[in-house]
Amino acid sequence: MKYRSLAIFLAAVVLMCSLCGCGGTTSETPAPSDEIAPSSPAAPVNEITVGIAQDLDDSLDPYQMTAAGTREVMFNVFEGLVKPDSDGNFVCAVASGANVSDDGLTYTFPLREGVVFHNGAACTADDVLYSFETCAATSVTSALVTALSAAHVSAEGNTVTVTLDAPNPDFLSYVSSVYIVPRDYADQATAPVGTGPFKYVSRSVQENVILEKNGDYYGTPASLDRVTYRIFEDNNALFTALNGGALDLVAHLTIDQVNNLTNGYKVEEGTMNLVQALYLNNAVAPFDDVRVRQALCYAVDVPAMMELTAEGHGTRVGSSMYPAFGKYFDPSLADAYPHDVEKAKELLTQAGYPDGFSFTITVPSNYGPHVDTALVLAEQLKEAGITAQVQQVDWNTWLTDVYGARNFETTVSGFDASSLTASAMLARWVSDNGKNMINYSNPDYDAAYALAQDPSLSEAEQTEQYMRCLEILSETAANVYTQDLADFVAINPALEGFTFYPLYVIDMSLLHFAA
Amino acid sequence: MKQILRKIAALIITLFLVSLLAFLAFQVIPGDPTTKLLGTEATPEARAALRSQLGLDRPVLARYFAWLAGVLRGDFGESYSYHMPVWDMLSDKLPLTGLLTGLSFLFTLLLSIPLGVLAGSIRSRALDNLFAALDQVVMSVPPFFIGMLACWLFGLVLRLFSPGAFVSYEDSWTGCLAYLVFPALSIALPRTAMTVKLLRGAIRQEMEQDYIRTARSRGGSRARQLLWHALPNALIPVITFMAVSLAEIMTASIIIEQVFTVPGIGRLLLASISNRDFPVAQAIVVLLAAWIVLVNFAADLLYQLADPRIRLR
Amino acid sequence: MKKKTKGNSFLYSGAVLSGVMTLLILLGAFWTPYSPTAMDASAKFQPPSPAHLLGTDNFGRDIFSRVLQGADSSFLIALCVVLFSCVLGVLIGSLCGYYGGLADLVLTRICDSITAFPAILLALVVVSLTGPGAGNVVLALGILFIPSFARLTRGEFARCRDQNYIKSARIMGVGSFRILFRHILPNTFPVLLPAVTIGFNNAILSEASMSFLGIGVQPTEASLGLMLSDSQTYLQSAPWYAFGAGGAVVLLVLGFSLLSEGLQRQNGA
Repeated sequence: MKYRSLAIFLAAVVLMCSLCGCGGTTSETPAPSDEIAPSSPAAPVNEITVGIAQDLDDSLDPYQMTAAGTREVMFNVFEGLVKPDSDGNFVCAVASGANVSDDGLTYTFPLREGVVFHNGAACTADDVLYSFETCAATSVTSALVTALSAAHVSAEGNTVTVTLDAPNPDFLSYVSSVYIVPRDYADQATAPVGTGPFKYVSRSVQENVILEKNGDYYGTPASLDRVTYRIFEDNNALFTALNGGALDLVAHLTIDQVNNLTNGYKVEEGTMNLVQALYLNNAVAPFDDVRVRQALCYAVDVPAMMELTAEGHGTRVGSSMYPAFGKYFDPSLADAYPHDVEKAKELLTQAGYPDGFSFTITVPSNYGPHVDTALVLAEQLKEAGITAQVQQVDWNTWLTDVYGARNFETTVSGFDASSLTASAMLARWVSDNGKNMINYSNPDYDAAYALAQDPSLSEAEQTEQYMRCLEILSETAANVYTQDLADFVAINPALEGFTFYPLYVIDMSLLHFAA
Repeated sequence: MKQILRKIAALIITLFLVSLLAFLAFQVIPGDPTTKLLGTEATPEARAALRSQLGLDRPVLARYFAWLAGVLRGDFGESYSYHMPVWDMLSDKLPLTGLLTGLSFLFTLLLSIPLGVLAGSIRSRALDNLFAALDQVVMSVPPFFIGMLACWLFGLVLRLFSPGAFVSYEDSWTGCLAYLVFPALSIALPRTAMTVKLLRGAIRQEMEQDYIRTARSRGGSRARQLLWHALPNALIPVITFMAVSLAEIMTASIIIEQVFTVPGIGRLLLASISNRDFPVAQAIVVLLAAWIVLVNFAADLLYQLADPRIRLR
Repeated sequence: MKKKTKGNSFLYSGAVLSGVMTLLILLGAFWTPYSPTAMDASAKFQPPSPAHLLGTDNFGRDIFSRVLQGADSSFLIALCVVLFSCVLGVLIGSLCGYYGGLADLVLTRICDSITAFPAILLALVVVSLTGPGAGNVVLALGILFIPSFARLTRGEFARCRDQNYIKSARIMGVGSFRILFRHILPNTFPVLLPAVTIGFNNAILSEASMSFLGIGVQPTEASLGLMLSDSQTYLQSAPWYAFGAGGAVVLLVLGFSLLSEGLQRQNGA
């Protein structure tokens, strides 16, 4: 170590001298981009470099992962008995089938033959039992823990059976979150082992994470041999690297970045699968008055905001549900509050604020689109006499102060679903829910949500109740709902097979270079 | 010798103060490592369990002294976020930031002393003005603006390097050095301009002093007066400034590392602060502090060597 | 000494430049061509034109108006920071340098600790204690800048302390206060003045850096640092954004440093 540092220093001195010696002709410096840019035509290597905007700086243990960015990468490494596909359906993974009894209480999963973990061990029913137990005991997702606590897992030969205390129409989605890991393997947090199409190779703090093709994959093997995720915690630097040709794929770009892209990459457009809104603390005056909340909804001009921040890309939402949910999503709710400043002023006058009022929008500084939205909304609100001050805080402060302690007036943020279930979006707004960040308290809503949980309801009846919940949120203007953000992905033109998922993941096994 | 021992004692006190202040700072800043580790979905029970597992439920001072005892044994603890020993993480990053700082300082030194002497010796009024004006312009450009311009000009337009495509020294020495030239220059240019200005002023001042007049009256050459008599004295305030520079270069590299995405200590510090990864942040704070205190210590020694009239007390 | 007052081009150019900048800053405090926050979806990324002197940004906001407002806050913050830190720094440095002893030891330790403490952490602490806003940017930077002034002054005072004219003054029974601030202080100006300039320069830069890292001025207000950091994305397609904001920083700093350079030369330094 010591000698290496010394050598670096000496090398620096030598370089300095040589630079001075040749009259400071720094222009002769070799361009490293030529050597490492994977997009250079010379080397047809079957590997890609992906740019990501945040480090995988939490645990890599499948049950301890918290960051969406970490899940996005590790989706390629871990699998459950079933896994979601790009249409949001569940397909068999470690299990070769999934049978549900008529009463919805018993799930049987025959295990697939020949599934091998990345460390070479064969996957057995014993590993599956271990995975279910460990997940139930250690998972950081409370909904998953709750669902598993009502389930009893047993194995017989090569078949795993799960028995539920009560039917749970969402149970399969929870099963997909129980990633199957080898029994008693202790290093998941730093050297994870799963069954997915890619295996984890290494990570270098704040530099990169490397995945390699799993040659023993039971399904269609990945085409790419190696995927290197390069970490750029600064969006501008990420973009500069992308535009300089150092990266093959970057997701979650903004429209401005797309417009400024000059390297000929193709751009795919999807949605971020979240509900962005100006979330209002319903327990704090003046937001405890429904008329004030409605006034805010009338005062903002969401289409104009989207025009300004994303040239109109993205999908408007009018309640806590985004379009990827299909049957629960009601696009008409987005039009419940058309832009109407007069009406906003009228409502404010009724509520006792004829001259408007001032408040603070607290935004997490690491999410550029939310900051932009907050800035535009603040500007729009001026027209109705409302003064909004945008305050940026770092993510951890946001989590602690705003989300945890609910010590805020309003915030622009996005909520996504940890699983593709309506309750993942809607449970949090029940009055006494621990995650009810906005302190929303409405007996009608609580009743409608409770009704939707009744196991005797048919699927259509259940859907109807959830739709009722969404309408209540809209009618009472729980929040100023804005949009599901557009998600742009820039891809090396030689790469094919990119597919959007209704979840925050990128499936690397589908990508391949054009023949 | 006694003076040096006293200095070392002072150094230890400073490090102790800094580490204690940093520890207390994390008590003041809102945020908790468990929110990052457990996310938004965890139960309060799980959070409490983790807090006690990490020892966060113990009193602040008890934790501080436990940490201190660990450091004295050479154990910086384990990162909350990465589940890695802190020292392993730092030993990856230290050479890089060291290299960047070294390069920047070398650029500053090699550019500013000759330029400063030159500026101090120019007799033509017009040339002097031109030189000083140029100096002022360079001094007025923020390092990260220079960095942005370098990214744009050398990276995007001239394509001399690929901004963001940092090359690890483990992969390629030359590639890494070639990449670091640009961030190092971005840090060095404004600092060079400041040093040149200070040196020029000091040389001019010295040249007016009695002893130089005496030397002049004895008929020594101007170059001799300048380099032999004026320069050593003129360097005294400059040395102090350069020491502060060496410390500030390290600070400037935190921002420049962001602009050029160099994965060094600075980026790790920012990330660990925002993750409330205390062990990592604490270790970096102490290391940076040790660096700065040592540099100032060295400056004091040099200051004394350069000017025997000053005695360390 | 002989060519003292004739044609001091620094003084003139500095006075003109900083005069213009001051006028613009004053103007910006009362009037800007457009509202600095007014957005216009149809006028995004317009290059400089008579209608928009410095073009428009990603929200279609007029960059010139934003630069005026941003320069305003940058200037005020930097001024307060330099005043705060210079007064305290010179006071601490002069006492330490002249008297030495225990106070010197203690204060030097504290200054060392501040220098060695990461700026961002200090800023976060100040912000969480006092809430966000320009005031705590001044406080955080002000504290950070004290040691550099103190160290410089201390060195100069220690150097002057043993010089003959001070010794004779002491023998003649001149009071310590008078010696410190009437006899020695003026002699430190040649070193102190550039340091003040550099300090002002650094204050503007540090404010920009803090805003760049998201803990400085909040984004509803215009800030040169925030503008610079936002403009990074558009460096290739809308370079006028970066040049407008960056140019304003450069001119702001340049005007006042030319002026101080000119003043110094006027004084025959």
